[in-house]
Amino acid sequence: MASDLEVVPLRHYGRWVSGVLILAVVVGIVLAFVDAQIIWEDVPEFFTHETMIRGLLNTIVLAVLAQVGAIALGVVIALMRISVNPVARWFAVGYIWLFRGLPVLLQILVWFNLALVFEHISIPMLFEEKTNVLITAFVAALLGLGLNESAYMAEIVRAGLTSVDSGQVEAAKSIGMTPALTLRRVVLPQAMRVIIPPTGNNFINMLKGTSMASVIGFLELIHAANNIASRNLEVMETLLAAAAWYMVLVSIASIGQHYLERAYGRAG
Amino acid sequence: MAALVEAVGVRKSFGHTEVLKGVDLAVDRGEVVCLLGPSGAGKSTFLRCVNHLETIDAGRIWVDGVPVGFRQAHGKLYELREREVARQRRDIGMVFQRFNLFPHRTALENVTEGPVRVLGLDRAAARADAMALLDRVGLSDKALSYPRQLSGGQQQRVAIARALAMEPKLMLFDEPTSALDPELVGEVLDVMVGLARDGMTMIVVTHEIGFARSVADQVAFMVDGAVVETGPPSQVLDNPQQPRTQQFLAKVY
Ligand SMILES: Nc1ncnc2c1ncn2[C@@H]1O[C@H](COP(=O)(O)OP(=O)(O)OP(=O)(O)O)[C@@H](O)[C@H]1O
Ligand SMILES: [Mg+2]
Repeated sequence: MASDLEVVPLRHYGRWVSGVLILAVVVGIVLAFVDAQIIWEDVPEFFTHETMIRGLLNTIVLAVLAQVGAIALGVVIALMRISVNPVARWFAVGYIWLFRGLPVLLQILVWFNLALVFEHISIPMLFEEKTNVLITAFVAALLGLGLNESAYMAEIVRAGLTSVDSGQVEAAKSIGMTPALTLRRVVLPQAMRVIIPPTGNNFINMLKGTSMASVIGFLELIHAANNIASRNLEVMETLLAAAAWYMVLVSIASIGQHYLERAYGRAG
Repeated sequence: MAALVEAVGVRKSFGHTEVLKGVDLAVDRGEVVCLLGPSGAGKSTFLRCVNHLETIDAGRIWVDGVPVGFRQAHGKLYELREREVARQRRDIGMVFQRFNLFPHRTALENVTEGPVRVLGLDRAAARADAMALLDRVGLSDKALSYPRQLSGGQQQRVAIARALAMEPKLMLFDEPTSALDPELVGEVLDVMVGLARDGMTMIVVTHEIGFARSVADQVAFMVDGAVVETGPPSQVLDNPQQPRTQQFLAKVY
């Protein structure tokens, strides 16, 4: 047999054709936007517009507070969900069923309109306030987004907790650790590997979900864009500026998630 | 002087199956007791009852004069809260078949975790003690390794050091070498022999007859939820009285 036969690699004609097609479509869309009636040079101005920056800060504050609250609540609900106490377990099941079952927008609207059904909110002998003073647009959005997210976080945390080998808990007990210490030092750190990736995804959703607060007049990015547009009628330009901010926020969150995963992935 | 461990009529059921049907066992201070018996006899379950990882249904287990998992008052035994049991467990070390090292901590951190977090020891002092313990099990050069970077035998030796760091009065071993490759068994048994020589009180569930013969002061043979025969190794291993013991030993040899 001849040993100097030429080797012809498989030719991937299909890849070339599909590649060219995809490029053509992308270029077409980009050109269409360049040609469209968009005043591109105004977009940077709206991007840094004072109202837009306020909307940006409000979006960040709302998303971070709602997510942090949801994580804390989620841990508590998850612990109740796997507790030996049947009342706690059923409460957790009901909680998750309710807050995960209803659309976030509906939950935000219900909180915002709470004054229609409860005039005052009070804790007997400790605290009393008019509902419409207490439930501002910010508070309503925080409750709506945070409680809904806490139901998802409860399920994520539960999956994380149950992923840890029971031998770990026994080892912790055998050196005299209390249940609280076992949770904090042994179980939660190992559960993080399971908890962090979906939590990162959820936070990215949360960043975008804050836009729903615009319907009750909370000044987040969308509402800021609308505010600016109502003065100059440049609807698409202001929306594009808001869109750019969302992309920035989501990109930062993605990078943060990447590093968190690396930090906790190494451990387990 | 009373025995360090005194188990009387210990019963334990899982659902409808009674796994321990009245276990009696006494272990003196400084004594090494090897617990032998066929699979499913309830050896692990009994060992886990000794540090209250399982709650017994009847009978009692005293360790150093204290009923484990309970408080005695008004002629009754009241079950303790988990955090109160945790206090009792400080004195009872346990070594598991599958090591159960904390995978997110280094060997050194595994050993210091108890002293620092549970006993509240100063970090630097705990590190020094832990290094001495790792040296004792022959692993001072692996202090900064994570468990997954260690062989099974090395992991088990770290696990022993972790238990010793609490300065327990009693050490429980549940088949500490069963998950190991044959060539790694020796290094773990050597550490245990050293411990026995230093006077540690130990209850060892094992299938290593050679270890039982050379180290044990007492061999207890367990079958079907009860200890059927106890005595020095020469008696139980070489001249067993019970037919069940004879059958088991015939199979093992
Ligand atoms: N948590 C549990 N729930 C239900 N049954 C259990 C549980 N733990 C142990 N058992 C049962 O109790 C019996 C005794 O188990 P145990 O692990 O104590 O035996 P063993 O003597 O240690 O056996 P081996 O030599 O195989 O380790 C077995 O039949 C086992 O299936
Ligand atoms: Mg066993």
